Amino acid sequence: MLKPVDEKELGEAIAGVTGPLRIVGGGTRGVVCAGDVLSTAGMKGITLYDPGSLTLVARAGTPLAEIKAALASEGQRLPFEPMDHRGLLGSGGVPTIGGVVAANVSGPRRVQAGACRDSLIGVRFVDGRGEVLKSGGRVMKNVTGYDLVKLLAGSYGTLGVLTEVSFKVLPDVETAACVVLHGLDDRQAVAAMARALGSPFEVTGAAHEGGRTLLRIEGFANSVAYRAGRLRDLLGGFGEVEVLDDPAQVAAMWQDVRDVAPFHRREGDVWRISVKPTDAPDMVAGLGAEAVVYDWGGGLVWALMAKGTDLRARMGDVRGHAALVRGDGFARFHPEPAGLARISAGIKAQFDPRGILNAGVMSGGNTES
Amino acid sequence: MEMPKPDAAILAQKSQIVARLQAVLPDGAVISDVAEVKAYECDALSAYRCPPLCAVLPADTGEVSAVLKICHDMGVPVVPRGSGTSLAGGALPTADSVILGVARMNDVLEVDYDNRFIRVQSGRTNLSVTGAVEEDGFFYAPDPSSQLACAIAGNIAMNSGGAHCLKYGVTTNNLLGVTLVLMDGEVVEIGGAHLDASGLDLLGLICGSEGQLGVVTEATLKILPKPEGARPVLIGFDSNEVAGACVSDIIKAGVLPVAIEFMDRPCIEATEAFAHPGYPKCEALLIVEVEGSDAEIDFQLGRIMEIAAKHNPVELRESKSEEESAKIWLGRKSAFGAMGQINDYMCLDGTIPVSELPYVLRRIGELSQEYGLGVGNVFHAGDGNMHPLILYDANKPGDLELAERFGADVLRLCVEVGGCLTGEHGVGIEKRDLMVDQFTQADIEAQLRVKDVFDPKWLLNPAKVFPLGATKERRAG
Ligand SMILES: Cc1cc2nc3c(=O)[nH]c(=O)nc-3n(C[C@H](O)[C@H](O)[C@H](O)COP(=O)(O)OP(=O)(O)OC[C@H]3O[C@@H](n4cnc5c(N)ncnc54)[C@H](O)[C@@H]3O)c2cc1C
Ligand SMILES: Cc1cc2nc3c(=O)[nH]c(=O)nc-3n(C[C@H](O)[C@H](O)[C@H](O)COP(=O)(O)OP(=O)(O)OC[C@H]3O[C@@H](n4cnc5c(N)ncnc54)[C@H](O)[C@@H]3O)c2cc1C
Repeated sequence: MLKPVDEKELGEAIAGVTGPLRIVGGGTRGVVCAGDVLSTAGMKGITLYDPGSLTLVARAGTPLAEIKAALASEGQRLPFEPMDHRGLLGSGGVPTIGGVVAANVSGPRRVQAGACRDSLIGVRFVDGRGEVLKSGGRVMKNVTGYDLVKLLAGSYGTLGVLTEVSFKVLPDVETAACVVLHGLDDRQAVAAMARALGSPFEVTGAAHEGGRTLLRIEGFANSVAYRAGRLRDLLGGFGEVEVLDDPAQVAAMWQDVRDVAPFHRREGDVWRISVKPTDAPDMVAGLGAEAVVYDWGGGLVWALMAKGTDLRARMGDVRGHAALVRGDGFARFHPEPAGLARISAGIKAQFDPRGILNAGVMSGGNTES
Repeated sequence: MEMPKPDAAILAQKSQIVARLQAVLPDGAVISDVAEVKAYECDALSAYRCPPLCAVLPADTGEVSAVLKICHDMGVPVVPRGSGTSLAGGALPTADSVILGVARMNDVLEVDYDNRFIRVQSGRTNLSVTGAVEEDGFFYAPDPSSQLACAIAGNIAMNSGGAHCLKYGVTTNNLLGVTLVLMDGEVVEIGGAHLDASGLDLLGLICGSEGQLGVVTEATLKILPKPEGARPVLIGFDSNEVAGACVSDIIKAGVLPVAIEFMDRPCIEATEAFAHPGYPKCEALLIVEVEGSDAEIDFQLGRIMEIAAKHNPVELRESKSEEESAKIWLGRKSAFGAMGQINDYMCLDGTIPVSELPYVLRRIGELSQEYGLGVGNVFHAGDGNMHPLILYDANKPGDLELAERFGADVLRLCVEVGGCLTGEHGVGIEKRDLMVDQFTQADIEAQLRVKDVFDPKWLLNPAKVFPLGATKERRAG
């Protein structure tokens, strides 16, 4: 196992290896690919936190929990609400910020605050040649050179090993409330969520599961109360509307959505599907899923399927993509159209000409069982 | 600013190139007359001009693809162009290049309120995207000051920002998909109405690539519901330092304004003389705007004023009505025009960490003394994106070059304090040579390799973004 303590050591290590490497952050979900383990655990710590500039910079191996705690002490947070996969995947380990970036992990607030990549303002990484590289920096507006920051976010360690990541962070909120509709079918639920997300009341979460449709509002107490009231009026036509305003209860509900709690400890394969929200109900009807959770107003569908079901074959011609998050037998990532696949392969070959970093992980690699 | 020597072989082939382009485009879509191509000789960095070999104005993706195939085949460089408002020389042609303008491609292709997106042809202007949806209560968030003229194509290429990006982000955060034509004519669809990519985030890479990776012909953009209302407060201070500290405190307090704009004394005085907005006479002025219902606005402005009061402001003026808001914004909106009344100016665009604001403003003042050129500062303080306006006299020999050296020093200063060369205008030709101050050779080489993947022959906008020396061999083919 390699466990470099800084990017220089990492660069030398990568330049020197002859065989493939498997990059591990917290290993909350190790990837199955051949190769020696390259752990990022030696590179950790927050290197800069400037609350007055809304910026935080940390080494990639820093535990996510440490970052959340530092932010909380200044009343700030990561905008994109990264999930904790341990319940869903039944895994252990300590999630790292580098792993979150490498997988572009974003939770329910993605509909309003964007994905992980939207808050990411800089990366340092070592590519497959062993070169120490950077893109972006620590300021939130930066168009200097190509945006390799976005390219690295969600590249699952296939282009380089992240050593340091910078974020634009946001103030935490005073309180939160949840507007709940009961008994809507999937199509009505997506329509209700579209209505809410299309209102000026800044809904920061829109999910539907188990017969309940949930809309989250966050902010200062008076404003949350006001907007919850306006949403109640707006959605009256969809049936009875309930407003929950106990912040602890609301937080717990949204953590369950974020971590897909309804699937925990249940058998079956887990798929994560991204589609245009109004396409979701019809697509779901054709899946034959054992359970589904709609997030992002319907734009994100978590589907629990009988083991070994080829979900993609059941999606019809709907545009979007499905990732296999738990289970095996199918490519983890949705195959890309030929043109894009060729460009992606070209980029991979430039950053990692020997093909040693997380080989095969994005191109048809399998998930761990 | 040096540009590569035109390729004599291409110049000699002009008539064949024009003939082949005419064969695939409708009448009038190929402009080759020497007088007419002059309309495309520069963008808003108008100190640099060069008429192109010819210009083409295709009407759709198919025509763009046909044009690129021919240019690829004949080895002719192509410079994509939106509305030509780039301040960095991004759309500046070379004499041996074809300007590919998307100005005729301005249709709205699809509006979808349930899924909150609009799909447009890329030549559509920024403001007319909002124009297509505002009656129904929606808007497109990125709002560069040039929004009346600039095209979505240019916005995507430069990853443009605007006054409201503290809350809504810049172009890349509001872009869902593009139709991209590669230099060899191949058409690819990236992204769309669904979120995130199944593979590498190529959409994120295309945005901000300054027309060097492909030509964007269509775009899917996020649209947002309009807020119920918005109102600013104007706060005057007797020092830049205190104003800077106040910005940090507002941000830390948990209120997230949509905009925090900053003006220093030279700008305040110039706008006062030009537009008479009734600004206080002071060293620094902040305009802080928040959104929501009336009561929500009152509450947030209250918080902001509480914070500001702790910094002993010389003026605290809360807008209570639309007229008062307009008056507060009037000066800010006419600041560039006001400075232009005094002299020619060069607009810089570096970004710095907000906490470095006082130091950087002081250093800019000192540099202004050293160079003997005036400078005014008006910028987006919430995100540290500065726009120092350096005053010079275009008719005075050597003054432009002096201003450019001053500008380069300011941008190096931005990098030194942890910031960057450009926050929203792009590198173009203007900041090409300064790239080495922000990036290592290896960083630059990694970017060049990305272009190699999309455009192996280096024909698409080849003389931009990177120092010419670094790209010479690639451009030679
Ligand atoms: C099989 C699998 C499926 C996943 N599915 C989803 C999903 O559907 N939705 C979602 O939001 N998240 C998903 N994730 C993200 C992940 O589970 C965690 O949320 C996050 O990565 C936690 O960090 P970690 O340190 O435990 O990561 P690890 O489990 O150690 O690593 C996660 C991935 O990131 C890579 N990686 C880790 N650190 C670095 C680094 N410093 N530089 C480069 N690459 C690095 C790893 O090689 C691996 O590919 C998935 C991850 C895996 C491996
Ligand atoms: C008065 C004024 C105020 C401004 N204010 C702001 C501001 O507030 N914020 C801000 O960010 N910018 C601002 N700008 C800069 C400028 O308006 C932006 O950079 C804008 O996005 C350029 O758009 P355009 O359509 O004019 O592009 P052009 O100038 O035509 O081109 C810009 C770049 O885009 C490339 N390009 C054009 N079309 C395509 C295409 N179809 N495919 C691929 N590449 C293409 C070009 O090759 C070039 O590199 C301002 C400019 C002026 C003159």
